[in-house]
Amino acid sequence: MKGQHKEVLFGLYNDEVVLMNAISKAKKQHLDIMDVYSPFPIHGLDSVLDLEESRLHVVGFIFGTIGMLTALIGMSWIFGGSLMFEGDWPTIFGGKPYWSLPAFIPIVFEMTVLFTAIGMTVVFYIICGLGFGVDNPVLDDRITDDKFCLAFQTNEMDAGSVDNLKGFFQATGAEEVHAKTI
Amino acid sequence: MSAAVSSIREPLIIGNKNYHQITEDLIGPTEKAPNRMWIIAFTLSVMTFGYGIFSLCWTFYFGIGAWNANRTIGWAYDITNFVWWIGIGHAGTLISAILLLFRQRWRTGVNRAAEAMTIFAVMCAGLFPATHTGRPWFDFFMFPYPNTRGPLWVNFNSPLLWDLFAISTYFTVSLLFWYTGLVPDLATVRDRAKGVRKKLYAFVSMGWTGKAKHWQRHEYLSLILAGISTPLVLSVHTIVSFDFATSVIPGWHTTIFPPYFVAGAIFSGFAMVQTLMIITRKCFGLEGYITTNHIESMNKVILVTGTMVGSAYLIELFVAWYSGYIYEQFAFYNRVLGPYYWSYIGMMGCNLLAPQVFWSKKIRRNIWWTFFISIFVNIGMWFERFVIIATTLARDFLPSSWSYYWPSWVEIGIYVGTFGLFFTLYLVFARVAPVVAVAEVKAILKQYGDQYIGPDAQPHHDHHHAHEETIVEDEDLAGQKH
Repeated sequence: MKGQHKEVLFGLYNDEVVLMNAISKAKKQHLDIMDVYSPFPIHGLDSVLDLEESRLHVVGFIFGTIGMLTALIGMSWIFGGSLMFEGDWPTIFGGKPYWSLPAFIPIVFEMTVLFTAIGMTVVFYIICGLGFGVDNPVLDDRITDDKFCLAFQTNEMDAGSVDNLKGFFQATGAEEVHAKTI
Repeated sequence: MSAAVSSIREPLIIGNKNYHQITEDLIGPTEKAPNRMWIIAFTLSVMTFGYGIFSLCWTFYFGIGAWNANRTIGWAYDITNFVWWIGIGHAGTLISAILLLFRQRWRTGVNRAAEAMTIFAVMCAGLFPATHTGRPWFDFFMFPYPNTRGPLWVNFNSPLLWDLFAISTYFTVSLLFWYTGLVPDLATVRDRAKGVRKKLYAFVSMGWTGKAKHWQRHEYLSLILAGISTPLVLSVHTIVSFDFATSVIPGWHTTIFPPYFVAGAIFSGFAMVQTLMIITRKCFGLEGYITTNHIESMNKVILVTGTMVGSAYLIELFVAWYSGYIYEQFAFYNRVLGPYYWSYIGMMGCNLLAPQVFWSKKIRRNIWWTFFISIFVNIGMWFERFVIIATTLARDFLPSSWSYYWPSWVEIGIYVGTFGLFFTLYLVFARVAPVVAVAEVKAILKQYGDQYIGPDAQPHHDHHHAHEETIVEDEDLAGQKH
């Protein structure tokens, strides 16, 4: 698909409730929705659109575990005194054991949080294809303001099906219908 | 749509706004040329910051000797200011994280500005320990990295190192949280802008288009970042309190410090949010978004945390007496009646007594009272840190080393300079980005707009009908799936 132009037919709705009803109708009519755009997250849209639950929390858990192990293994390797590590530079602080686990907890915690946050955020931007300087095509400038957009791809559609979609938009209360090549 | 809202809830968005009006009101200030008040405030802030830079350069040139910190009172003005700024930096993440988890919708009006405030306050805070080391250009020695000095590692058992980790983590996570929330709003600015501005905002808004899947992931990310920020924000000030609590100085090594510091941090943070938001809503005309209800909610938090801090002060005195340990008893006698009795009076008056006026609903909802008390709290919390740090150290074990401390002009210059830095950054932020979270306010409009709930609500039969219809269809769909 990359590099190929998409022909998009989209309708702009004024209200998220009208949009949700339109999506439900589109689903019932087995129309192939390309995407839905909105100025804010719409509660319940995921289930209407049959969007799969995001697995971003799994990413967070993995990065958190890596952070925790990095801190724990790192400090244990440096200070030694445990069964696993001899110690890169064991130092006595106040007569405490080399491997003083309770004292490691604050840093282990902070590293867990740090890795989770950075890892999840970076993965979020990567899987969404977002990043500084990324220039994604914008269907309509008002979508980030007050318009709710339902878009269909019309590349391989005949004129009849496109007219059918236009009729669908009209029937479901779209305020405007536009075609755009992106 | 989300669950219905109880009719006794009060509206959080006032003025019969629609989605487009929200965009106009909140994005508008970034599109106009700055007014004269902003230019004056900005010039003053930059000048103050300049004075701070001058004082810092003076310190680096002449060394820490330019400060009045001495052998007895080694932690003085700088660490007091550090703890004070870090405390202020706590409200932002508290509002965005803890209130998000508790589903407190009033957070949407103030979270963006409070998070920005957090980041700027942490920057100001970090300046103090960084300078306190004396040779800040060697500060990277504090990070554990394989080095040619042995390799000599840092002391992972030291609360000071925990502090380094806690504050760097806190700063990074707050920054990510804040910026990720800002991206959709920057996209709104982009789509309204033209020419060079459009290019600039297109760069910083990362190509956000508002796709359903992106919003879903965005919400997941926000929720989990909130989930991990909640223990984080509590851990940061806990660890700051460990700097004192794990020492062997009477008056410092108390187990009450972590909760008491955290409550104090939230207390001072909310006070600073109040101070800033009252000015911001006035300057940008945001009274419809940062309403009296928002102010009242924050005043309730101030009242609760202020009373918690106040009872901690009293419990400390009781425990010192009850412990039967003469050094502890002396430390507290010295706090109340010693050479720094004035700062103890300032602390008690501003932190324990002043917020008690918020028991009155009338005062909680009064802008002038709120502003006045928030300034009091800011001063009181500064006194608290000064009492803990300077008073305690001034009378140590040997009477021959007893000392008195008063900051030099250089130290005052650095402190004043951090205000300059803070307000410079805040003013720039308020110009280039919406100070209220646009998308989040839109998302709660239908539940908390004054046309939907509260005394001015208009009957919206169509809307309610449509609402029910969606839910039915939702269930239909769910039924089909099974």
